[in-house]
Amino acid sequence: MTHTRRLQLKTIPLILICIILGPLGNVLLGKAMKGVGSLNSVRILDLAPIVPRVLMSGYIWLGIACLLGFFTAHMLLLTWADYSYVQPASSLSYVSIATLSYFVLGEAISPLRWLGVAVICLGVFVVGRTSPSTTGAPKDA
Amino acid sequence: MREAILFFFIVVAGTAGELCVSRAMKSIGEVHDFSPRSILSFVLQALRLPWMWLGIALMSLGFFSLLAILSFREVSFVVPVSALSYAAGAFGAKAFLGERISANRWMGIAVVCLGVTIVWWSRR
Repeated sequence: MTHTRRLQLKTIPLILICIILGPLGNVLLGKAMKGVGSLNSVRILDLAPIVPRVLMSGYIWLGIACLLGFFTAHMLLLTWADYSYVQPASSLSYVSIATLSYFVLGEAISPLRWLGVAVICLGVFVVGRTSPSTTGAPKDA
Repeated sequence: MREAILFFFIVVAGTAGELCVSRAMKSIGEVHDFSPRSILSFVLQALRLPWMWLGIALMSLGFFSLLAILSFREVSFVVPVSALSYAAGAFGAKAFLGERISANRWMGIAVVCLGVTIVWWSRR
């Protein structure tokens, strides 16, 4: 098996985990923060009373748990794959973020926004077809 | 304006943080074994690196900015716009990690930026 093939076998499952957990985490954070109310002030003193309300929200902690899972999978990927490969490849998550926002949060997503998300994914596809690692010396395993 | 400042932190601080983490990870080397024990030792090893902590600090700044903006904007707007970190990531990875960005990658990144622009237009 070539080095590239072996890399893909462990890279793809981890990227799938990133695509699901990352957006789910963001959607849960969005749900929590909408419940807290708009942070209109930039003054620290005005933000202080909001902090306990944020910390008491169960959704914040669920969201953070999902993002920690995402972060761990992402860190593992970064030990062998280029940052400029991992970041775009794991970002098919833009489709799942729009889908989850629609179903879980009931956000209205205009056709223009779907078009934007689709164009982002097309960009991701183009980048994802480039080689996973350019800085290390590839060896056959 | 407030929105622009928060997006700046999400994109620039978030990306700079990830680049620092990537630099720390590369100095540990490729992970071959996925047993819980080796993952734990890998995490402990990572936490000893200053780059890791700088990365965590910058990513935290990006994260709190994300929380702030999510309190008044839709998730389906905020997250796609923060895809601008692709462009920031490519410039950073080239300058700071010595990664070579091929013409194809640059083209993909340009398409991503076009998508972000379209999502920005969908702002209500």
